[in-house]
Amino acid sequence: MDTQRRTDIGPPDFRRFLPPIIKENYGKWKYHEILKPGVMVHVAESGDKLFTVRAGSPRLLGTKRIRKYAELADKYCGGHLRFTSRHNVEFLLTDEKNIDPIIADLAELGHPVGGIGPAISSIVHTQGWVHCHSAATDASGVVKAVMDDLHEYFDGTTKIPGKLRIALACCLNMCGAVHCSDISILGVHRRPPRVQQGLAKVCEIPNVIAACPTAAIRPASVEGTPSVEIDESLCMFCANCFSVCPALPMADALNDGVSLWVGGKVSNARHEPMFSKLAVPFIENDPPRWTEVVQNVRKIVEVWVDGARPHERMGEFIERIGWPKFFKLTGIEFQKEHIDDYRYAGLTFHRSAWVRH
Amino acid sequence: MSETNGKGSATPMLDELEKGEWPSFVTQIKEMAAEKEQCQQLLELLERSYREKIGHWKHGGIVGVHGYGGGVIGRYNDLPEEFPAIAHFHTLRVNMPSGWFYTSDVLRKICDIWDEHGSGLTNMHGSTGDIILLGTTTDELEPTFKALTENDFDLGGSGSDVRTPSACVGPARCEWACYDTLDLCNDLTQTFQDELHRPAFPYKFKFKCSGCPNDCVASIARSDMSIIGTWRDDIRIDQDAVREYAENGVNIERDICGNCPTKCMEWDGHDLEIDNGNCVKCMHCINAMPKALRPGVDTGATILLGAKAPIVQGAQLSSVIVPFMKLEPPYDEIKDLAERIWDFWSENGKNRERVGEIMQRVGMGNFLEAIGVDPIPEMIAYPRENPYVFYEEYYEEEDEEAEQEEEEGAAVP
Repeated sequence: MDTQRRTDIGPPDFRRFLPPIIKENYGKWKYHEILKPGVMVHVAESGDKLFTVRAGSPRLLGTKRIRKYAELADKYCGGHLRFTSRHNVEFLLTDEKNIDPIIADLAELGHPVGGIGPAISSIVHTQGWVHCHSAATDASGVVKAVMDDLHEYFDGTTKIPGKLRIALACCLNMCGAVHCSDISILGVHRRPPRVQQGLAKVCEIPNVIAACPTAAIRPASVEGTPSVEIDESLCMFCANCFSVCPALPMADALNDGVSLWVGGKVSNARHEPMFSKLAVPFIENDPPRWTEVVQNVRKIVEVWVDGARPHERMGEFIERIGWPKFFKLTGIEFQKEHIDDYRYAGLTFHRSAWVRH
Repeated sequence: MSETNGKGSATPMLDELEKGEWPSFVTQIKEMAAEKEQCQQLLELLERSYREKIGHWKHGGIVGVHGYGGGVIGRYNDLPEEFPAIAHFHTLRVNMPSGWFYTSDVLRKICDIWDEHGSGLTNMHGSTGDIILLGTTTDELEPTFKALTENDFDLGGSGSDVRTPSACVGPARCEWACYDTLDLCNDLTQTFQDELHRPAFPYKFKFKCSGCPNDCVASIARSDMSIIGTWRDDIRIDQDAVREYAENGVNIERDICGNCPTKCMEWDGHDLEIDNGNCVKCMHCINAMPKALRPGVDTGATILLGAKAPIVQGAQLSSVIVPFMKLEPPYDEIKDLAERIWDFWSENGKNRERVGEIMQRVGMGNFLEAIGVDPIPEMIAYPRENPYVFYEEYYEEEDEEAEQEEEEGAAVP
């Protein structure tokens, strides 16, 4: 027995990694300004200035690239850097003269600088086919294709009315919790689970039955052994049964794909936080470039850029113009699937005579 | 290495994703594939997924490090004979420092550990905030853990436990931080190490600490307990700076006052007047004019409960449980609240039922009684519209007579 084994130590204290300028001005920042795309300055009560350069990243990073980040931090930032909640890397500079050189070095590495203020920030996303068992689509590939198309809104080449947050989750488990994003890209299954032989050997049948939110799973005897049967008419493809039981696979090349949701936000500014709402029910998986997904996302972004008032987020914009106009402007076909039919669906119906003609 | 070396690329579809402006994850995997057979096989397996439009990873088995029930996600591919180097390819979730601050030295140390023990691939960071070490074999789990802990790192949460808490940049680099998000996040993480490493709850429990209502860590959408900074006194105004914004072209009437959700501000062309009693602390005016407006100085947080993604019963946003709480070390009040919630939830929760779901199932009123919190109007958007009320008691005629007698008896001196 190794008596030296350390456990339950938790993460290292963040204070060990703060640059001196932050230690000195901790909690004493006065204001900030965005100097140019991806660059901001925070000014402390003391007059000290801290410059932040934010760069986009693919989230999936090899150690070689992380070592490059470390080199840049050594070269320009006294060895200090941080990451953001949206997978960006931030370099923290005290010398304004280093801003342009570090941006040039980042460009050479292939990392665009941007994503601050009224801009599209990096897409928060999940593992997809790179590493997940329940993915209905890839994550990194769709994100790469969408950001290749939208980078002009990240790096400030094209100005936009406000913040635009895009997120992707490769199935309804939503490890990326995308349900409150301006645009969310969500992998969906459309084929009910297929019951595998010998299910009872790998899964607890009561757990499997309890996992279904619509009670579509019932106990059954298959060739004399205990198993389950699925009432396919009740399945809404959440894959929760698969999460508790690997013998109920749902992934299906012919039926899996991507849905698009719009108008969510988490910030409290102006409007309370909102869920994203369904814009496009289903787009087939089309690797490697997911062209139809990219085209639809761009169309939605452009409608918002053209029509939104300053500061107005996607959801506020759509609320102002109304959903019929959103569908008209984007050219997205409104279908039966857009109308909620799960719990309390009636709350989403249009319960007034307010109609624009 | 690749079987098709010299015969064209083994990964034509993925190669396509090396083109374009945005940094490529394919390039990242390829950079590592030069040295790691695991990464080369990962590329080829992924190419196959792109061709077949289906994933090739199976459910996690039970793998982990000794004494912990979380922190490792078991991962196996379904074509182990063709892709033996990644037959098992497990993930370690490593608890990041609060606020994702690093030094170059500590990042290099993590890289050294992962080059030695795993694929060299990471996510910086995963959705919950952990450093994700992506892909190693079962045999390497314990040695990786040993190397990490020797360097003061520990695993994060997974499964039915406290998940790795996360925080916005907070007072380290933000003038709007209404409490010390980084310190609270670190303190909660350290206080609840047992709950984080040894799953004993009905399902996961997430804390997220945002310093102001802009909610940069999306706590209201993504955490069971959302801790969102706010203030109780007046917005601090520098009228000269407001006028400077106006002179520089900000349309204060339209873009500031016009966007105020409670219309609590007025601009007469010289001064900006705020009716602070009606301000809901949305942050819009402060966001738009950071040099002129700042949150007040009587700061703390609003505590909200119950956000989650759709699984099982549908997605939810968190809702208010405590409108204002002061948050200062040792943070006993919020820890005590969390523990009361866990007690009730652990006792009564169904398998895979989140806190937000049990609140719905038992009813918010009953939930409040169980955790010892009084109902207040700040908790609701509006009172119930439906008249089906579950009254729990009613009187019998005898009760009334007894009561009357008691009252009469009491009236006689």
